[in-house]
Amino acid sequence: MGGEFLFFIETTISGLMAGVMYALVALGFVLIFKASGIFNFAQGVLALFAGLTLVGLMEKFGLPPWAAIIATVGVMIVLAWLIERLVLQYLVNQDPIILFMSTIGLAYVLEGLGDIMWGSDVKVLEIGIPQGAVDWLLDDYGLYIEKLEIVAAVTGAIMVTGLAVFFNKTRIGRALRAVADDHQAALSVGISLRTIWVIVWSVSGIVALVAGVMWGSKSGVQFSLSLIALKALPVLILGGFTSIPGAIVGGLIIGVGEKWAEIYIGSLVGGAIENWFAYVLALGFLLFRPQGLFGERIIERV
Amino acid sequence: MSEAVSADIRTEPETAPPLLSVNNIEVIYDHVILVLKGVSLEVPEGGIVALLGANGAGKTTTLKAISNLLGAERGEVTKGSILFEGEAVQSLTPNALVRRGVIQVMEGRHCFEHLTIEENLLTGAYTRGDGRAGIQGDLEMVYDYFPRLRERRAAQAGYTSGGEQQMCAIGRALMARPKMILLDEPSMGLAPQLVESIFETVKRLNAEEGVTFLLAEQNTNIALKYATYGYILENGRVVMDGEAGALRENEDVKEFYLGLSTSGRKSYRDVKHYKRRKRWLA
Repeated sequence: MGGEFLFFIETTISGLMAGVMYALVALGFVLIFKASGIFNFAQGVLALFAGLTLVGLMEKFGLPPWAAIIATVGVMIVLAWLIERLVLQYLVNQDPIILFMSTIGLAYVLEGLGDIMWGSDVKVLEIGIPQGAVDWLLDDYGLYIEKLEIVAAVTGAIMVTGLAVFFNKTRIGRALRAVADDHQAALSVGISLRTIWVIVWSVSGIVALVAGVMWGSKSGVQFSLSLIALKALPVLILGGFTSIPGAIVGGLIIGVGEKWAEIYIGSLVGGAIENWFAYVLALGFLLFRPQGLFGERIIERV
Repeated sequence: MSEAVSADIRTEPETAPPLLSVNNIEVIYDHVILVLKGVSLEVPEGGIVALLGANGAGKTTTLKAISNLLGAERGEVTKGSILFEGEAVQSLTPNALVRRGVIQVMEGRHCFEHLTIEENLLTGAYTRGDGRAGIQGDLEMVYDYFPRLRERRAAQAGYTSGGEQQMCAIGRALMARPKMILLDEPSMGLAPQLVESIFETVKRLNAEEGVTFLLAEQNTNIALKYATYGYILENGRVVMDGEAGALRENEDVKEFYLGLSTSGRKSYRDVKHYKRRKRWLA
């Protein structure tokens, strides 16, 4: 095997792994968008908040990682309940843009809340995810692949499978999809929108926690974590706002695309493509396939 | 004639309390738009009651007031009361109402477009806690009433025909094991033959499953053919009510709602005469 080819594989795998991380964030968006038509601007901050809470619980209260994770899940559920109680219930039947604006407000509140509770310094998240390269791959094949990335990929896969089963096979999952389709009709068959919203924000909060843990382990828990939400945007446009598989595939494409572009095109134009490549790709999609790869076409009968 | 009809009701012996009674309700949208100006009606257990009237008469609003879905459209019952089995409806959420056995099939079907027909039906069982077997049994029951749905069970509801969607919407309501279905404009946009078959099924569900129906219809002819009792709404008021048979024979109903007239063209004076004869309940 030539070094050139090995490098290509390494780039690809590292791109795929980064893609999984993007997908984790995008998933949170998709969940809320599917169930309530809200584009949740606060999703990135939700991940930051979850990460901060986790670190805080471990540092300040000395909880072991597993206990801290369970406690953080609890906090995210309470948070979802509070968001419904204090914000969303007053905005039922408003235009999507109003709900969107409210999530921008929510983002700032959560950001401040996280800082007040746990402080604003960069924190190291250490919950026992192995660091460094996978040794046998490095020794036998000369491939450098981070253990963290593999953990992220496996977690992502488990979560997506779980969510797919939840959405398609369970009563609550079906109700979530029903609400996404038609609020009024969902109400008429006795589905309580408020319950559904709490559930979907909770699930989305837990997804944010996973994303927060992965990104936090990689680069520390800090404010910039909330900005990964911006990376999720092109992923969503690519995959479609309403599709869970779309979020995954979109994430992978963006992850790999970025790395390839940086290495094979970047050198031609002076580099630093990685940061904006995703957006250009998204722009192309908006022009030619606005519903994304897997997004639901709006069904219109004639 | 209309006086005679109403006299009939007054003398009717009061036996069991009605399943549903709506007492002089007033509904206001957005705090300013007065839509119902005092509507009263009763639905006896096991009946098929028709709510008739033109566009904008207040039929849908009446149904939504009963199922408590008005809140979602910024409407509000400001006066009067609605009792289902003696319990005030206004204090219950739509969810609690479905649990108590009142479910609405909304105008324009409102199927969940991206769900399959079968998934649509299953959402109807959302409020039920009686396990898989009962729900599966009812699914079969719905498929027996609407064999077409069985064929289309795996199809995405958004891509099915209007008739299939109407069946799906009624089937979905049935899955909640309701005592009473509020059926809004089932004939809308459907071919006459299909309308007939939908009403035929309503009749069968009423007879065989014991489901009480309150249905809003513009198609007076077919509604009075299948209903046991009818109310006619105009401008947010009940202007006439009676046994379906009596209403069908009523000269005014014939002329203004069934489009039948025995005496050829009438002058405007006669229309005014009709208006004077209207009975205002509010």
